[in-house]
Amino acid sequence: MSAKTINLTLKIWRQKNKSDEGRFQTIKANGISIEASFLEMLDIINEDLTKAGEEPVAFDHDCREGICGMCGAVVNGIPHGPQQATTLCQLHMRKFSDGETLVIEPFRAHGFPAIKDLVVDRSAFDRIIARGGFTSAKTGGAPDANALPIPKQKADLAMDAAACIGCGACVAACPNASAMLFVGAKVSQMALLPQGHPEKTTRVLNMVKQMDVEGFGNCSNHYECEAACPKAIKVENIARMNREYLLASIVHREESTNS
Amino acid sequence: MNLNSNAPSGPIEKRWTEHKFKMKLVNPANRRKYKVIVVGTGLAGASVAASMAEMGYHIDSFCMQDSPRRAHSIAAQGGINANKNYPNDGDSTFRLFYDTVKGGDYRARESNVYRLAEVSGNIIDQCVAQGVPFAREYSGYLDNRSFGGSQLSRTFYARGQTGQQLLLGAYGALMKEVGKGNVTLHPRCEMLDLVTMDGQAKGITVRNLINGKIESYAADVVILATGGYGNVYYLSTNAMNSNVTAAWRCHKKGALFANPCYTQIHPTCIPVHGSYQSKLTLMSESLRNDGRVWVPKGKNDTRHPNQIPDAERNYYLETKYPSFGNLVPRDVASRNAKTVCDEGFGVGSTKLAVYLDFKDAINRLGEKTIKEKYGNLFEMYDRIADSSPYKEPMMIYPAIHYTMGGLWVDYNLESTIKGLFVLGEANFSDHGANRLGASALMQGLADGYFVAPYTVSNFLAENKAKAISTDHPLFEDSVREVTSKTNKLLACKGKKTVDEFHKELGLVMWDKCGMSRTDAGLKEALAKIPAIRDEFHANVNVSGSAEDFNQTLERAGRVSDFLEFGELLAYDALHRTESCGGHFREESQTSDGEAQRKDEDFSFVSAWGFEGVGNKPSLSKEPLVFEYCKPSQRSYK
Repeated sequence: MSAKTINLTLKIWRQKNKSDEGRFQTIKANGISIEASFLEMLDIINEDLTKAGEEPVAFDHDCREGICGMCGAVVNGIPHGPQQATTLCQLHMRKFSDGETLVIEPFRAHGFPAIKDLVVDRSAFDRIIARGGFTSAKTGGAPDANALPIPKQKADLAMDAAACIGCGACVAACPNASAMLFVGAKVSQMALLPQGHPEKTTRVLNMVKQMDVEGFGNCSNHYECEAACPKAIKVENIARMNREYLLASIVHREESTNS
Repeated sequence: MNLNSNAPSGPIEKRWTEHKFKMKLVNPANRRKYKVIVVGTGLAGASVAASMAEMGYHIDSFCMQDSPRRAHSIAAQGGINANKNYPNDGDSTFRLFYDTVKGGDYRARESNVYRLAEVSGNIIDQCVAQGVPFAREYSGYLDNRSFGGSQLSRTFYARGQTGQQLLLGAYGALMKEVGKGNVTLHPRCEMLDLVTMDGQAKGITVRNLINGKIESYAADVVILATGGYGNVYYLSTNAMNSNVTAAWRCHKKGALFANPCYTQIHPTCIPVHGSYQSKLTLMSESLRNDGRVWVPKGKNDTRHPNQIPDAERNYYLETKYPSFGNLVPRDVASRNAKTVCDEGFGVGSTKLAVYLDFKDAINRLGEKTIKEKYGNLFEMYDRIADSSPYKEPMMIYPAIHYTMGGLWVDYNLESTIKGLFVLGEANFSDHGANRLGASALMQGLADGYFVAPYTVSNFLAENKAKAISTDHPLFEDSVREVTSKTNKLLACKGKKTVDEFHKELGLVMWDKCGMSRTDAGLKEALAKIPAIRDEFHANVNVSGSAEDFNQTLERAGRVSDFLEFGELLAYDALHRTESCGGHFREESQTSDGEAQRKDEDFSFVSAWGFEGVGNKPSLSKEPLVFEYCKPSQRSYK
């Protein structure tokens, strides 16, 4: 592996807390190894800031393997940066060139209130899941796992949808700050599997209702969400959710229960 | 301390059933009167919180991440073992039990391991009912694959992201109970103290990571599911925020810490590439189903791997271990990689790597099949290492991955502090000195879905002591103590950063307490660790304030605990002068370099008591009795 390094100019969003209005700070990142990950580049500038007596840049991160969904920032206008189907932690500096300027901002959306610098509050996603993103199978009493065969094609499609990591890039990418790719992925996973069927009507109605309560917008077919999704979740999941929603609206007899 | 494992006797296949019958129950109408604290929302924490909320208890669930779904169980790739025997290749509860005890190098408690194997099938049933999209065959039935340390296929998987799918299943169950109001979530809260009264757990003190507030919560029982301590090595495959703090602070309140020297080094990780590196990335063990491990036969061979003909390659695992081949257990595969690199056969710029080659599998099965099985892992490798495993072999090297040691628990998963239960990787109980692949997910979910709900209920039914309120002076003392600790870290205003200290500690741990350990090396570590710790408290630079979102302060607290815990790990490793599983003492090896156990001297669990920072810990022993699996020299040849 080469030991090549690059110099960058970073314009990073700094915001002390929710009530602070925030501003960009320009920081020089010099001698960054192209083998480093994007978050390791932030680690390096944070070490420098700390030593200079300044506060380091706050950013969420945890597994650094692209699966926990905790990291994410908008780099030059693209959530998780320029590499397709890649989380910020898996983006490496070899994707940038020497002398480049990078604008780094938090995921901005009404449903994601600011906490500090690049950190936002995505608990709206948890509240949406709490309205129906599950089967209600209680622990114990489940039938044998092979009692019900599921066609491989369906199981694979369900897995494609279930791969969502809940990072919120879809919301940040959407001009309407819509969360429909996130919600559609969960609705699809459950709609495709027989285990999800008993609750399919209430699930989609309740989750969509909560999505609206949280202030996320509607889908108007820009497909920016799919382009930004680090797990390449397809917009066909939104279409499937819309079909489920339409059907549920017709067949449901009472006000969605559980509400 | 006299350790009573409370493990039942009698025929092993009846122990858990009879034990469950003997345990006391709490009437459904009374359950809502009990408050249960669960710390951690990984597989063990989320599953126990969901299951006990379904039973009717009120749960307070804490996690340090922004959502319970981020817990590090999510990163497990390969799979989960179960005794289903769907492939009809001879599996059974007893065989899974036997493989796990043997794989753990005869240092686990038989009763616990048998129970684990016994409930493993229920886990798969439960997960399928939750909508976990496991891999299926064209028949529509579930698919299985093989993992190290077994000669059959008992591993269920969901592509290369089994942990993610199992965790999202448990998280869904948890959120269902949140929606019903049976669970109160406390995300972005870090547990910093356990509050005890007369030796019994009464609640916890946490720091709210958004506003820095130090708050207490009271309960009838506290369940800890806070994962392992692999980050004491700085570089590991653990998530950046994984830490020992919750467990360590319980240890300081009287919970014994068992077998801290049993650490697992995973053989297939992407090698280290620079000093700025923040973590190591695992490549799933499942890759060893189809990948062949090799190094060039000649030293310092600088040819591109594709230019090296088969005759000049040393497939050392296949040659040395013909029956298990590339699928030997993790400890064996790791040590062999270290040996060939130490002998000068390593590859890559640092010479600390071996090849994992898929060329033959691709020729045999086609690129499409390989892509279906491992596509996401290959892409991940390509993104990090900038090289395609379809075109050239991966380069891999062992890294710290999992910790078998943890807080000591009895058969009921209760620690030596009454009312403090410990689940999943945070306890020590089921894997002995080495964990087999795909068994961590099994243990976390077994503990959370099928063991703790019964044993914790039994505790609540028997417990006569009432919960106390957070107005009690004991909680006030705890808040005061945590606040002063936090303020001390901020007041230091030294010259070195938290990460610099963490890296320094990690290097000592890796060099002296890593893949192989010696008497002299461990003594050196025991001299160096306290010195780093002293300098940390005199010279650490923690910026920002206590009443704010402050990630440096969070890390500083965790590193200060690692600096105490690392010393305990070294003490344990020094005391255990045998080799077993992941603990390799150079002084104790067979003539062909395999780990040599000393059963007469060391067939026990080492459970350490806290005697003050910098003081030698006190040792209690729980003898291990093997009635069903006769200890023998492990052989995978």
